[in-house]
Amino acid sequence: MATPKRSLRERAVEGVVFSGGMASIVLVALIFLFVLKEALPLLKDYPLSRFLTDRGWQPTLAPPEGPWFGLLPNVWGSFLVTAGAVVLSVPLALSTAVFTSEVAPSWLRDMLKPLVELLALVPSVAIGFVGAVAINPLVKDLFGLDTGKSAIAGSIMLAFMAAPTIATIAEDAINAVPRSFRDGSLALGATRWQGISGIVLPAAKPGILAAVMLGVGRAVGETMVVIMVTGNAGVLPDKGIWYAFTHSVRTITGTIGAEALEVANGEPHYRALFMLGVVLFTITFVLNAIAHYSLGKGDRRAQA
Amino acid sequence: MRSRTLLAAAAVAGLCVSQAGPASAQALSLKGSDTMLALAQGWAAAYMKARPGRSVSVTGGGSTTGIASLVNGGCDVANASRVMKGSELEKAKARGFVPREFAVARDGLAIVVNPANTVAKITMDQLKKIYNGTFTNWKQLGGRDQAIVTVGRDSSSGTYGFFQDTVLGIGRPYRPDMQTTPSTNSIAQTISQDVGAIGYVGVAYAKEFGAKVRIIPVAGGAGEAVMPSLETVRTGKYPLSRYLFMYTRGNPSGTAKDFIDWVRSAQGQSVVTQVGYFPL
Repeated sequence: MATPKRSLRERAVEGVVFSGGMASIVLVALIFLFVLKEALPLLKDYPLSRFLTDRGWQPTLAPPEGPWFGLLPNVWGSFLVTAGAVVLSVPLALSTAVFTSEVAPSWLRDMLKPLVELLALVPSVAIGFVGAVAINPLVKDLFGLDTGKSAIAGSIMLAFMAAPTIATIAEDAINAVPRSFRDGSLALGATRWQGISGIVLPAAKPGILAAVMLGVGRAVGETMVVIMVTGNAGVLPDKGIWYAFTHSVRTITGTIGAEALEVANGEPHYRALFMLGVVLFTITFVLNAIAHYSLGKGDRRAQA
Repeated sequence: MRSRTLLAAAAVAGLCVSQAGPASAQALSLKGSDTMLALAQGWAAAYMKARPGRSVSVTGGGSTTGIASLVNGGCDVANASRVMKGSELEKAKARGFVPREFAVARDGLAIVVNPANTVAKITMDQLKKIYNGTFTNWKQLGGRDQAIVTVGRDSSSGTYGFFQDTVLGIGRPYRPDMQTTPSTNSIAQTISQDVGAIGYVGVAYAKEFGAKVRIIPVAGGAGEAVMPSLETVRTGKYPLSRYLFMYTRGNPSGTAKDFIDWVRSAQGQSVVTQVGYFPL
């Protein structure tokens, strides 16, 4: 008597969970299709080759020269700021992860871990404000720059945002390495550091890579902070990488964030912003895919 | 910061209005120029005091936003710090109306630099060469050996368009490394931080920033350099003088007409002086 009733309930729950899972997939697909649908008509007014190769972004420049909807300065800015953020945040985040999971005594770990996680929750607009009033002048004085509104200031602020994400996920990956790996290496006469660097970290590598990718994804997608601290100037690195790094840049997200609310529906400018959205969506999709692929690889290895 | 919040508010307000249709006879919605935001808020407050029972709401977002919103029926009056473009007029006509233009105040676009800058005055030609990238160092203008950092508004700003058309020439691009800022306040922030920075803002804002920035006199052609003042702006001696405008869908009626008439009256124009702009 009880069995069919329970299986009915089980099936209902299964259905709810299934449709919930499907809904999020369908939603993401619909969002992407919407962005694509709004973006594609741009190509009638502005050929794809120009979008991909134009060096300038000046969407209201009058004809005959304008408008300019160049993808390159936007992608370059996003790349530069994100790359800088990775260089700054990964060593910091990984040492935090190793320290909290392997080295710190348990009372310290119990204090540190929630604090790191709290750091990931600071609203980006607050971080951006700190950047604009404190980090911009600091960076300017530190490196003797003409202006503090620079890619490097953006990288520092984004590193600050990405590091907690990377640290938390990397720590989970390190904790997932079986106890026996550590015991084994100690039993074989390895020091604690040899065990960490030679055994534990390599075993946790897929998870760490996933952590880095998710951190990069956070940095690429961040908008408010870069609008407030990078200066939003659409330039390409004609004068070398360091020059570019210490001067203003414009990111994909910064452009969309600053202009999307202020543009008339259906205009080429509006389409061009959606086109940037397509590019951004693709970038974050690829980063997430890499993260999930490497996580999956890690799971398989742990079971083997 | 403030402008972001306002933008968000503008977006929300835009949404509500477009669902409800343009406001009722007693309530009036204004949208557009950030330059005119404080001015329009001042007018709204004084007008509502003078005409109890009527309400006027004001949002910013930029002249381009305001005009687009007017065309789409999202607001009753568009505030604009530049004249409407031909393409915008075409769009309004396609929607079945010819916008009416009202000059409501005068403004001098102030050129502001860091207080430590030693350059005493600037000509329109120098300004053009700074903003198109010909000049990159203040010593080319007789100042210190210091790289020039150009700061401007972002492309939805009427001030961005006015400066481009007036200083660089219509259809001439800004130098690509000009910083574009989402609000007038962040221009002041950058200029007070960076010794080599130069920027442009409505004169009322420049005054509000006080000692954080220095307003630099500007010479048009071969004339002498002058500061933006009531006299130089009214006579057009100050080369970056402009009108601030309101646009309506066709001839205004009811509250809109009464409001704009009041804005252009002696009472309305006294608000202009209070806020820091110049009366008609």
